[in-house]
Amino acid sequence: MFKPSALAYTYDGSFEGLLCCVFESYTWKEIPLAVHSEGEEQGLLLESKWIETEHAKAERVLKSIPLRISPEAEELVRLGFWSCTPEKEMLLLNFLYLGFKHGRKIMNMLADDTVNALMKAVQQLRREGHLYLGFVRFSVYGPVMAAVIEPQGYILPVIQEHFCDRFQNESFMIYDQTHGAALIHEPGREAIIPLSGWIAPEPDEAEEAYRRLWTGFYHAIGIKERRNDRLRSSLMPKRYWKHMVEMNGSNGVPALAAAQRKKALQPEPPKTIGPLPASLRQTNNHT
Amino acid sequence: MDVMEKLEILTASAKYDVACTSSGSDRKGQAGSLGSTAAMGICHSFAADGRCISLLKVLMTNACVYDCAYCINRKSNPVRRAAFTPEEIADLTMQFYRRNYIEGLFLSSGIMRNPDYTTEQLIAALELLRNVYHFNGYIHVKAIPGADDALLSRLGLLADRMSVNIELPSQESLGVLAPDKSKISILKPMGLIKDRIKENRSDIVNYNHAPRFAPAGQSTQMIVGASPDTDYQILNLTEGLYRKYALKRVFFSAYTPVIEDSLLPSLDTKPPLLREHRLYQADWLLRFYGFQANELLDEAVPNFNPLLDPKCSWAVNHREQFPVEINRAPYEMLLRVPGIGVRSAQRIVKARRAGTLDFQALKKLGVVLKRAQFFITCKGKPLEGLKVSEHTLLRSLMSGQQLAPFQPPQYEQMTLFEDHNLAALPAAEGWAGFKKGAEA
Repeated sequence: MFKPSALAYTYDGSFEGLLCCVFESYTWKEIPLAVHSEGEEQGLLLESKWIETEHAKAERVLKSIPLRISPEAEELVRLGFWSCTPEKEMLLLNFLYLGFKHGRKIMNMLADDTVNALMKAVQQLRREGHLYLGFVRFSVYGPVMAAVIEPQGYILPVIQEHFCDRFQNESFMIYDQTHGAALIHEPGREAIIPLSGWIAPEPDEAEEAYRRLWTGFYHAIGIKERRNDRLRSSLMPKRYWKHMVEMNGSNGVPALAAAQRKKALQPEPPKTIGPLPASLRQTNNHT
Repeated sequence: MDVMEKLEILTASAKYDVACTSSGSDRKGQAGSLGSTAAMGICHSFAADGRCISLLKVLMTNACVYDCAYCINRKSNPVRRAAFTPEEIADLTMQFYRRNYIEGLFLSSGIMRNPDYTTEQLIAALELLRNVYHFNGYIHVKAIPGADDALLSRLGLLADRMSVNIELPSQESLGVLAPDKSKISILKPMGLIKDRIKENRSDIVNYNHAPRFAPAGQSTQMIVGASPDTDYQILNLTEGLYRKYALKRVFFSAYTPVIEDSLLPSLDTKPPLLREHRLYQADWLLRFYGFQANELLDEAVPNFNPLLDPKCSWAVNHREQFPVEINRAPYEMLLRVPGIGVRSAQRIVKARRAGTLDFQALKKLGVVLKRAQFFITCKGKPLEGLKVSEHTLLRSLMSGQQLAPFQPPQYEQMTLFEDHNLAALPAAEGWAGFKKGAEA
């Protein structure tokens, strides 16, 4: 079978790139000790091998997953790639070795360390995605809406369908500050694009009024005899509060964003949401 | 009065209504309208009391012609009164919904003039929201007992979920504390809603586009701790409601004293949160774990033990059914083991197809071994080194840490070894017998 080799793979950080690592590993029948994405900090002692991303190779690996393991395994691998678990690449590689060996049975092997770790990572991603279905806070700027999120996992693809269906007549953007990406939607088209350094514009009067009303509602609905901060923090961890108008204590203007805005004023004017660039309109369009 | 002031008054008046779930309805978005509903429900925020905020929960008005002793909006209580117009409600709902603050609207109302008039006002607000503003999100509306059948039927076609509050767990308590309401007047609309939902199901089979009547079903709630009813009575009633009226949920609301009344617990009474928690645990056992009310409590032991959760309590009283073999026990029996929930039971069933499970594996699947260890074997053997003495058993089964979130910090620390609590636990010789059971 495969022998472990004192090698590290380095790839471009894309999903296809990782699939090419799998291809490489099977080609040479070698198991790398680590897989790094480009630019990530690496173990110093290992010889590193650069894995070129080639669409055809990635396609072959991807196609074999539903055929030789199961369609659910394909979903699990995709979601696992978006999770924020440390060394997710090795985890996915190990899962695929096992999967190609055992076939569909792998999906039941919940007590196996690799399968268990992957399931947990995916569960965490799904859970965070679900939380964000509720915790995303849009600001309305005339005809468009925008929200900023800072998730741990890459959840935009997980929440995409929900928001694009619910707000199908709206033009909106959800900007993922952690991963430098944004989900952009206009009636009839949607896409996830790379984006960084976007800063939300100042709210107008109407926007501020509704933020105040919502914050007022939030404080009126709690029963003070039952106050329970621990329960609240366990259900809505504090890391989410920053971008939630009712929680950041500023009636809607996030304290940090306000500070950033001041800084940002000097070097370059903040970008605002414009129409989708023409090049994006054709890609990733599922309507 | 501006909208902000109205919103604060009418939210504060609605906050004692417990249900804020947005589940049970699964409707896709539509071109030309705003919103969708998700079957699993979505929490959009959590209030300082830790309760989920999913819906814009407000009253149409807090003016009321009734004088229910436990209610903050009773006629004789001198609070500030306010009323929303249908336009104000529709605007707030749309604007909040667009910003993703809420999953929808929960509309209830004090009784204006009479039940019919009140229901007409609710219909007016919902029709505006659905037909003019094209709101396609979740709506939960209160059915007003005593309103005309035709009006209630119209209301149900506009809402996802309807609820009629049963208010108090028995006719006697109702008679004392809510003299304007009776068991019959409450159960009648419940029956009507149930029949309409059933009719509607068959209509939908026949005509694809038949309008949906309360697709998320109906729920109810009752106040716990305002009257002397026992947990046994409450749980029996709950079970009856699920069976006879096909309710989706029964909610419990720990009574928070809001007004001084000689018929009620005094104003400094703390809400019985732990009791409410135990009732919810038991409610879960009824709905998802295949338990029946009379298995959990009976006339002799009519209240839950504050130290043991209802499932542990049942298990230590039915030691003859344990231990169960993890690799062979049917799903239904796995569900009855303390420390194994629906998820872990499903995972066990799935994982044991791929190979036999040991205790290490169980841990990975999410089984709480601290409690489960006394009730299970893997490959015929109990957990190695398991000590089943009265002391360890008690300590392992008692709810300690898990309860912390339900006991707000301002509460006095509960003394675990108070006499009346210990007396309710099974006697010492019982444990010895159980020990044999576990080792056999």
